[in-house]
Amino acid sequence: MAQMIINGMVLGMIYALIALGLTLIFSILNVVNFAHGQMYMLGGFVVYYLYGVYQWNYFLALAAAALVLAGIGVFFEKFFFRRVIRLARREENTMLLAMGTALLLENLALFSFGEKQRGVPSVVTGVYEIFGAYLPAGRALVFFLAFLLIIGLLLFVQYTRPGRAMRALAQDKEATYLQGVDINRISALGFAIGAALAGVAGGLLITVFAINAGSGTAVSTKAFMMVMIGGAGVVSGAILGGFVLGFCEAIGYETLPGSTTYLIIFLALILFLIVRPQGIMGRPQG
Amino acid sequence: MNRFKGMKLTRIWGVVVAAFIVSIVAGTAFAQEKVLKIGQLGVMSGPAASWGLVNKYCIQAAAEMINEEGGVEIDGEKYKIELVSIDDKMDPKLAVSGMERLVYQEKVKYIVGPNVDTTAASVVPVIEAGGAINIPYAFSKALYSPPHGNSILGMIASYQAGPVIYKYLKENKGVKSISFIARNDSDPLNQRDEGVEAAKKLGLNIISSTDTYEPGTTDFFPVMSKVVKGNPDLIVLSGVAPADAPLLIKAARELGYKGLLSTETAQDIKILNEVAGQYAEGFISVGGASTPEIQSDYMKKFVERYKKVAGEWNDEAGTKVYALQMILYTLQKAGKSALTDVEAFKKAIPEVKVRNPFLKDEKVLKYVGTAYFGQPRQIGVPMVVNEVRNGKFETLFIGSVED
Repeated sequence: MAQMIINGMVLGMIYALIALGLTLIFSILNVVNFAHGQMYMLGGFVVYYLYGVYQWNYFLALAAAALVLAGIGVFFEKFFFRRVIRLARREENTMLLAMGTALLLENLALFSFGEKQRGVPSVVTGVYEIFGAYLPAGRALVFFLAFLLIIGLLLFVQYTRPGRAMRALAQDKEATYLQGVDINRISALGFAIGAALAGVAGGLLITVFAINAGSGTAVSTKAFMMVMIGGAGVVSGAILGGFVLGFCEAIGYETLPGSTTYLIIFLALILFLIVRPQGIMGRPQG
Repeated sequence: MNRFKGMKLTRIWGVVVAAFIVSIVAGTAFAQEKVLKIGQLGVMSGPAASWGLVNKYCIQAAAEMINEEGGVEIDGEKYKIELVSIDDKMDPKLAVSGMERLVYQEKVKYIVGPNVDTTAASVVPVIEAGGAINIPYAFSKALYSPPHGNSILGMIASYQAGPVIYKYLKENKGVKSISFIARNDSDPLNQRDEGVEAAKKLGLNIISSTDTYEPGTTDFFPVMSKVVKGNPDLIVLSGVAPADAPLLIKAARELGYKGLLSTETAQDIKILNEVAGQYAEGFISVGGASTPEIQSDYMKKFVERYKKVAGEWNDEAGTKVYALQMILYTLQKAGKSALTDVEAFKKAIPEVKVRNPFLKDEKVLKYVGTAYFGQPRQIGVPMVVNEVRNGKFETLFIGSVED
């Protein structure tokens, strides 16, 4: 039982961090960023090369991952999505573009980094035993850093000027524009932060899970699930969705035959969305 | 105006005639250099990308070495080897369309791959209708047994390695109880089932055998918690991909598991060290002719060439290096007619017995597998079982598949 709870908590915190970036981009730009998993993967590779190969300090490497992915986020928003959002009449156009960017990043990564799984040594070693359950020190550090990042983001969004502008943009684009807010700048910032969060998640988790060029798709799928559970575009929903999925996975693998865990999770998700399509924290559309 | 028009027409005709002459000359030049096209169809993207890419790099590296010597000689004529490679993304639909392109458009008769049961089974109708031979890395016995006969298994199957490994561990390491964990996919599940049967025959106590994880899983703590709880002497990672094995090992060790871990698939020591680190110590897996202590000089040269082509060595290549070599040996035995008629190739299969070029010691390389498939449809790759010691693969023992 204790192991199940610890697994759920650690998974939940990690998933929450991954989902936050996705929901942020969706809330501000109304773009479903299919490349979110690939951005996570790239963040992992940045840390692999800087910390694992070139022996940089881990925290510097993590900061570099955030900056690199923020840069990619700004590039994508400015040169790809901004134009399509302005000209397209249908939302599907941005979805298709997002899928294209996902494939682009994945194949670029395969070409640049090869096909192999990559990992780095844990930043801290050792295993803690808590009420008979095991918690590796590396996971404890990831949990702690993810927690700090989530708190940091929430404070940023709540109490800073750009953060308030992002919230305003998520609520009402036209009204925000009329208030004199530079929509393009805030959109770029939102995409940058969302991408940076994905990159940092990758940089944290490469110390625990390892990474390869194909890692992104599974991460994107789970990120979408969390966002659907919690409510698309709702920051608190993304956090909640992350924990719900994390605990479902931990409980499912502990108590059910492995092959049925995700079968039941998907079935439960379908039923849940039929009853509450906007997710736990989302508001009904229209 | 008419004069200018006439000059323009003359120039155009002049270019056309010149192009025609050049193409005839070039065509003649190429026609003098005979080409043997070898196909490669496998998964080259996603988490299992290394399986197909290693096939590709092995053929590329070997082909370069052979072509530098003038090519492969068949019935007194030299042929340069040309690789045609297609990514099937481990998707049966793409495997079928890829194989159709190889067989019908590229006119390839000999193909290495695919890499898993689902894709290997999907292409059987294509290779049989198109008159081709393929060397898959899938373990389903149906592929290699009558009425089928156009597929040749390129490596040791899990149901061949498993019993040998479990018996060795039972006799030498005191293993009495065993648990299995597999990816929720047909290949690994089949391998798990075969492993369970082998364990039962050996009288091992099976603690658990139903635990699985979804493809794409990266956090194995939840699923491994359950397996480790049973505290078996040996945990078998059935059909595990090189990307997943170190994470499973790490999860097991971090959960306090002290017993043995093994798999019947080939692994990569660099990935094991990078991801699992010290936790990989003692991990047992199946390798190819890749441990330095058994390599021939030719294998060492191949290793260096492979590193140039692929950027770094991959232990899986020690197994997959055999495919192209066996195709060429068999073509040489069968003669030129086998270049277009695979029935001639199939007739020559039982006659192929050569000195294994990849091993230091004199060992025979031939087709095996009659005991499993009713016909010799498996390359007799040596069964090298490795154990990780101090961050390196060391040979635990060497076996072979029965004829």
